[in-house]
Amino acid sequence: MDAVPGWLEVTRAGLRLRQADVWLDPARPVPRAIITHGHADHARGGHGEVWATPETLAIMAARYGPQPGAHALVPGATADLGGVGVSLHPAGHVLGSAQVRLEGPDGTVVVVSGDYKRAPDPTCAPFEPVPCDIFVTEATFALPVFRHPDAREEVLRALAALRVQPERCLLVGAYALGKAQRVLALLAAVGWARPVFLHGALLRLTALYRELGISLPETRAVADVPREALAGEVVLAPPSALADRWSRRLPGGGQGPILAMASGWMRVRARARQRGVELPLVISDHADWDELTATIRELGPREVWVTHGREDALLHWCALERVPARALHLVGRDDEDD
Amino acid sequence: MERFASLLDALGRTSQRNAKLGLIGAYLAATPDPCRGWAMAALTGELRLAAVRPQLVRKLIEARMDPTLFRLSYDYVGDLAETVALLWPDSGPGAAAPSLSEAVARLQSLSRAEAPAVLAGMLGTLDVSGRFALVKLATGALRVGVSARLARVALAEAFGLDVGEVEEVWHGLSPPYLPLFRWAEGRGPRPDAAGQPVFRPFMLAHPLEDPGRIALADHLVEWKWDGIRVMAVVSGGERRLYSRDGNDISEAFPDLLPALAQDMVLDGELLVRAPGGGVGSFHQLQQRLNRRTVSQALLEAAPAFIRAYDLLFEGQTDLRALPLAERRHRLERMVAGLAPGRIDLSPRLEAADASRLDALRRAPPDPGIEGLMLKRLDSPYVAGRVTGLWWKWKKDPLTADCVLMYAQRGHGRRSSFYSDFTFGAWADGTLLPVGKAYFGFTDAELAWLDRWVRAHTIARFGPVREVEKRLVLEIAFDSVAPSGRHKSGLAMRFPRIARIRADKPAEEADTVAAIAALAQAGR
Ligand SMILES: [Zn+2]
Repeated sequence: MDAVPGWLEVTRAGLRLRQADVWLDPARPVPRAIITHGHADHARGGHGEVWATPETLAIMAARYGPQPGAHALVPGATADLGGVGVSLHPAGHVLGSAQVRLEGPDGTVVVVSGDYKRAPDPTCAPFEPVPCDIFVTEATFALPVFRHPDAREEVLRALAALRVQPERCLLVGAYALGKAQRVLALLAAVGWARPVFLHGALLRLTALYRELGISLPETRAVADVPREALAGEVVLAPPSALADRWSRRLPGGGQGPILAMASGWMRVRARARQRGVELPLVISDHADWDELTATIRELGPREVWVTHGREDALLHWCALERVPARALHLVGRDDEDD
Repeated sequence: MERFASLLDALGRTSQRNAKLGLIGAYLAATPDPCRGWAMAALTGELRLAAVRPQLVRKLIEARMDPTLFRLSYDYVGDLAETVALLWPDSGPGAAAPSLSEAVARLQSLSRAEAPAVLAGMLGTLDVSGRFALVKLATGALRVGVSARLARVALAEAFGLDVGEVEEVWHGLSPPYLPLFRWAEGRGPRPDAAGQPVFRPFMLAHPLEDPGRIALADHLVEWKWDGIRVMAVVSGGERRLYSRDGNDISEAFPDLLPALAQDMVLDGELLVRAPGGGVGSFHQLQQRLNRRTVSQALLEAAPAFIRAYDLLFEGQTDLRALPLAERRHRLERMVAGLAPGRIDLSPRLEAADASRLDALRRAPPDPGIEGLMLKRLDSPYVAGRVTGLWWKWKKDPLTADCVLMYAQRGHGRRSSFYSDFTFGAWADGTLLPVGKAYFGFTDAELAWLDRWVRAHTIARFGPVREVEKRLVLEIAFDSVAPSGRHKSGLAMRFPRIARIRADKPAEEADTVAAIAALAQAGR
C-alpha cells in the first residue's frame, strides 16, 4: 500500500501536486489550489490561483469576494498542471461540486471524490463514475446504520406534520449552501405551492443558485413579512438559528415552531435530541453507506484512500472485499454541517 | 405497532412535559383496546415479559452482518435497540406487521428456545421505528423519559378525568386495563377498588412562604419527619406498603407488616429506630429499601416503624371527605390499639404565634426532623397538592429536590465512576439545569448512582451520559444567586447531594421559580 505515485504528495494537511505545487482543498491559504466545492471546510478564502468549476468559483466569490487568480475548469476539460492532467467531473454533492481526476505522467489515474452523493438532486449535476487506479473517497456517513431514505418522503412527512398543526410554522434547519436549495427544490417537487420563507443567512446563496440557472420555487425573506403571517408556512434557516431567540419568535400556537432539521445525522436519535429537533428529516448531500460501498464496487479501483469521517468501518469493509485501503486522516475537515 | 412506535419516537424527541402529555393523550384517544392498554403498561413499567436478553438481540443481528461493522455501529449509536433497528435488513412487503397487543402476546408466551426465531420473524415485518419499539419492549426498557405518574396524568387529561381518581382506580387493575378505558369513555362504571389493598394517592403540601398569614388556631401543627412517606394499606388482612410513587415496597419491611393488624389505609412516615430508641438516620432507612430479602442482622440493627399522620380508611369506611380534626381523632383511637413499637402517632405541637412556630422549626428536638407541617383542621384528604390546605415549612430552606439530567466520569480515584452530576429543576414543563454536584455522597451511594446512571442512559456524548429524567436528588447548597451563565438564570453556591430520593416521582421535584424564591430570600 505504498503505491503513492511520485508526482503526488500525501500528508495530513492534504494532497499536493509536487511539480506544480498545487494543493487540493487546502485548509490554509496557499499559492495554488484546486477546489472540489464551495463548502467552507473545502473552499477557504485567501488562495492565490484557484482551479474549480465556474459555479464553485461563483460561490467562492460570493463568500470571500473576488478571486483574482481564478481558473474556471468546466467539467470534462483538462488542464495541465506540471505534467499532471487535471479534469473535473460532477460529484452530485452541491451546485458546482466536482471530483478531481488526476492523471500523472506515469499514467496513474487518481480520482479525488471530494464530498459526493448518488441520490438524485435537481440542484446539481449527478455524480459521474470516473474509472481510476486510486479512488480517494469521503467517509462522512461510513457506517451501515446510515441509510438515507428517499428525500421526497422526508419532505412529505414534514408537510404532513404541518398540515395537522396549521397554527404553527414548519422551521427547517438546512445548511446555507446546497441543503437549503435542495429542500426548496424538493418542496416544489412534492407539490408545495406556497412561497417558502427564508432566514436572512440563506438569501444570498439562494439568489446565486437562481443566477446560475437553477430553478427554485418562490421565496421570501422572513424579515419582510409579519411574524404572525407565517403560521402554516415553511421557513428555512441555517441550523444555528434553530436554537436561538430568532426561532422562538415564529408562530407556534404556544409550542413554538415545528423544529425540523434536514441532515443525514438525523438518522440517529441522540443527534436529533442534541439539536432539540422535533422532526428529524434524514436528507443528506453525502453518500450513505450503501452508496459509498456500491461506488467502490462499481469503480473497482486498485486502491482506496479515505479522507475523513468514520474511516474505520469503511477500511474494514474494504479489507473484507480485499480492496487495499488506507486512511489519510486529513485535518480541518468538518462533518457536522450535513 | 406503528402507532406505538411513532409515539415512542415523538416522546424521545421532546423534553417538555406538556408535549409528552399531549402525545400520550392523543395516542390513547386514537388507539383501540387492547393496544392502548398494553402501551400504558409499557409506559408505566407494568409490562412484565419473559425477558428477551439483550445478548439474544445482539446474536440475532451478528448472524446477519459482519460483527465488526456491528460493533462500530453500536459504538457510534450507543443504544442496542436503536442500532439493531437501523441495521436490520429491510424486507419488502410480506407478512403483516403485528399490532402492539399481538407482539405482546407473542413475547409473553415465548420460551427461551423459540425466542430467536419469533423475534427475528417479527423484526422482519417492521420498519426502523417499529423495530426500535419492539426491541425496547422485548428487552424491557423503554427509557423515553415518561414516568408511570406522567402516563396516568396523560390518561386522565385525555379523557377529562380527575387524576387522583385514575391513580386510585389504576392500582386495582392490570393490563390491558379494559374496565379503566370503558369507564374513561363513559361506557362502563368506575372500576371499584373497594376490598383490595390498593394504593391511594397522597395528599401533598405547599411550601409555606408567609408564616405570619397563617391562622394557627385553624391548623394542626406537627413535625415533618425525615423518612419515607408511605401509605399503609390493609384490606381483608392483605397488607401493603406503598411509597410516594405508588411502588409496593412491602417486601423490604417484613418486620413492620404484622403490626398492621386491622383493615385501614394510613398515611405516615416510614422510619427506622436508632439503637438508642430514637429515630435512625435516613441513610440507615435507605439501606433497607430496594431489597428483596432483608437479613436478620439488618432487621435487628434498623427496625422499621411508621409515625402516623392521617387515616384515609377505617375498616372499609372511606374517611377522606371528613375534616382532618375528625380523621385525627379516629387515627388516635386506632393507633392506640396497635403495636406501639411499630406504629405511633406523629405528635401534635402547640405554638401560640408565628415566632414560637419559627423557634420550633429552627430548633427541632430530633435530627430526624425536617421541619414543620401545618394542616388546616377542616381539610378533607384530597389527592395531590391542593393550594391552601397543607403547608410544609422546612428547617433548612436551602435544599431543593432536583432531577438528575447528566453524569460525567470523575477524576483520579473516581475516574471509573460517574461522579459529576448535573441536575435540573422544572420550568414550564421542561427541566433546566440548575447546577452540578461532585460530592455529598458516600462511597456506597456513589456506587449506587454509578449503576443507576449506566442502567438509565439515553444518550452518550463523549464522557457525558444523558440519563432518563426520573431520579430525584435532594440538593443542599449554601446560597443561590441569579446568573446569566445558566439557562435557568440561577447559580447555586456549593451544591452537594444531600440524599438520593429514589422514592420521589420526578414530576414532584422543585421548580426553577421555587429555587429562585430562595435566591430572593437571600439567606
Ligand atoms: Zn461538502
